[in-house]
Amino acid sequence: MNAAVAETDHHDHGPAPGLMRWVTTTNHKDIGTLYLWFSLIMFFIGGAMALVIRSELFQPGLQIVDPQFFNSMTTMHALVMIFGVVMPAFVGLANWMLPMMVGAPDMALPRMNNWSFWILPFGFGMMLSTLFMPGGAPASGWTLYPPLSLQGGMAFPFLIFSIHLLGISSIMGAINIVATIQNLRAPGMTFMKMPLFVWTWFITAYLLVAVMPVLAGAVTMLLTDKFFGTAFFTAGGGGDPVMYQHIFWFFGHPEVYILILPSFGVVSEIIPTFARKHLFGYSSMVYATASIAFLSFIVWAHHMFTVGMPLSGELFFMFATMLIAVPTGVKVFNWVATMWRGAMTFETPMLFAIGFVVMFSIGGFSGVMLALAPVDFQYHDTYFVVAHFHYVLVPGSIFAIMAAVYYWLPKWTGNMYDEKWGKIHFWVSTIFVNLLFFPMHFVGLAGMPRRIPDYAVQFADFNAIASIGAFGFGFAQLIFVYVVFKCLRGGEKATDQVWEGAHGLEWTLSSPPPYHTFTDQPIIK
Amino acid sequence: MSTSNRFSAAVFVIASLMSIPALADWELNMPKGVTDISHKVYDMHMLAFWIMCVVAVVVFGAMFISILNHRKSKGAKAADFHESVAVEVVWTIVPFIILIVLALPAARTLIAQEDDSNAELTVKITGYQWKWQYEYPDSGVSFFSSLAEESRNARRLDSGIDPNSVENYLLDVDKPLVIPVDTKVRLLLTANDVIHSWWMPEFAIKKDAIPGFINTMWTKVNETGTYRGQCTELCGRDHGFMPVVVKVVEQAEFNQWLAAQVEAQNEQKQLAEAPQDTAEDAEKAPVKVMAAN
Repeated sequence: MNAAVAETDHHDHGPAPGLMRWVTTTNHKDIGTLYLWFSLIMFFIGGAMALVIRSELFQPGLQIVDPQFFNSMTTMHALVMIFGVVMPAFVGLANWMLPMMVGAPDMALPRMNNWSFWILPFGFGMMLSTLFMPGGAPASGWTLYPPLSLQGGMAFPFLIFSIHLLGISSIMGAINIVATIQNLRAPGMTFMKMPLFVWTWFITAYLLVAVMPVLAGAVTMLLTDKFFGTAFFTAGGGGDPVMYQHIFWFFGHPEVYILILPSFGVVSEIIPTFARKHLFGYSSMVYATASIAFLSFIVWAHHMFTVGMPLSGELFFMFATMLIAVPTGVKVFNWVATMWRGAMTFETPMLFAIGFVVMFSIGGFSGVMLALAPVDFQYHDTYFVVAHFHYVLVPGSIFAIMAAVYYWLPKWTGNMYDEKWGKIHFWVSTIFVNLLFFPMHFVGLAGMPRRIPDYAVQFADFNAIASIGAFGFGFAQLIFVYVVFKCLRGGEKATDQVWEGAHGLEWTLSSPPPYHTFTDQPIIK
Repeated sequence: MSTSNRFSAAVFVIASLMSIPALADWELNMPKGVTDISHKVYDMHMLAFWIMCVVAVVVFGAMFISILNHRKSKGAKAADFHESVAVEVVWTIVPFIILIVLALPAARTLIAQEDDSNAELTVKITGYQWKWQYEYPDSGVSFFSSLAEESRNARRLDSGIDPNSVENYLLDVDKPLVIPVDTKVRLLLTANDVIHSWWMPEFAIKKDAIPGFINTMWTKVNETGTYRGQCTELCGRDHGFMPVVVKVVEQAEFNQWLAAQVEAQNEQKQLAEAPQDTAEDAEKAPVKVMAAN
């Protein structure tokens, strides 16, 4: 094995033949591809779970699943989508693009890179296996609040261990990204010359290194509470169930920015390309990202306004949370200013990027409303919250990932994707995603709690509409799969620059790029 | 369009509108509620909503003007401005001012919400999987409140009972909490097993019921009536089936009701041999379970 690895270290060497290429690869492009495929598969698994949820909620009454299984579905859907789809997809994009954007030959730590990917399938294999265990999969919500999560059956320790694995994978991935960006930039690429996607990932990676261990600590305490007689979170033994929530959300709030900051980077790459104009306010974009990252550490308790904090705590977390609107607003204004007086064209990546800006902003608006503690008592744990975070995660993060794939797919494959079907994918997705999530604002305000398998009849109509939207959105993603496969098999040859307005090192390479790129460092002037 | 076409179009529109059941029941917004606090909360919600709408119109408006006019297909040439400290400062400060406009009334409302002093009546609420217990410590009255039987039957998997045929499906209980109107009532919340959350949208109050801890909130209801809400913290299998129902009555009616409860409870005490023991067992049991865990 060592000999084989040593051999592939030579220059001008292509990938190893056969399946072992993917198992033993240390090539950032191969690993990026693995991450992206993994993410796509998990997207359909998590999506299928969402469709179970929406099928049960199509009508009032229980028709399809037992409430316990329903709770398992909401729990697993969240875990799969967060840890299995959005995070791996962004890490995949980072693997593919960061070295090519900063002029590096590969990631700084290629073997660790291989390991951090290959942990994932095993981690998720273990997590998904809990679906077939006696007592069923975890059903306490992805937040795993004790004491409820401690009531879990055989699945519980498997879940904790798989979260540990995913955490290890994320931390290694993040360390790799930090090391690459700090050490492998081409001569002349100063920090303030880095593309925004590199910047946002740089900051995201620091967030990951900071908070994944916190999650690991929290779930380990759950584990010892359950099996080793500790009472960190058990009131009967002198513990405090609310302490878990504080620790969890100290991880959880930076985590939601981990899921969105790379999207900001993607959109900041795409909009200037298709507006044929430089990004407006580059340095303010960098500072805004850093501010958001800093603020993410001091707002966690806005997820738990109803736990009975002292008034001073509620005021602090309300004010701090509202502050986030300022740097986030600056970002949106900068994107609009970038479009302003540009010469825009609307290829699929641009459509997804514009869709992102609009619908992410809608999620931002409801976010400001949710920040207001006195009103949050009404919103908390209702479908209004579900609408809010799905707006920032689906037409937010997921749309940004789609935009990125369409944007860089011609670079990766050397072929142009089918523009007509790409646009159809965008429009069908946009219509159905709004049909799916917009009515959730209404039922939430009208009083429908989240995480319930059955509801009072006055919520029936909007739930039916949302379920139709869910199926439409879910099946629309098959168009995406079709476009990707078609592009892999051939199509119009892509030029090196691909897009007329594209700038940056990755566009100076051939499409597709050779297996090893920038073995001689480029020099940036 | 001919007249007959127009007519059939009108018929179609009317028919499709009528086919949507109970259109008038489509709740789109937060209820105004029946307490001073709930009115403040509603106003706060609407203020935030309209401010967000204005921001949306301005930002999306600029964006759509740009999308319509500054496109290459219309021969637009890209300008090359890409930085302006003045503009960045303006759009940092303006949102900040808007946020202060929101933060001040929000802080005021929050302070009012958290002031539970001078309550005239105290009720203790305990969450169980999956029902609520209500206790009136001053008079010793205590009872459980669980999902009404009609809803319980209809909500079984494949029950064959149409939820539309059940009055207040999933929002009805066997025995509601009763409180007097125009009285400041302090609610103490705790739980016996896992975390629950007691929400009454019409009063704009929601707080978690946490085992081992006591949370406080209060309400003062301005109108008599029956009000409905639900548990809002995932608490296990039947989380969706432990509604909150509060009956708000005149003070005199409340006194009568409470006296009747006291009497009924005394009768039961006499009937049962050792009611104290069972009560104690019920309290001890969860501690034992926790220790076993």
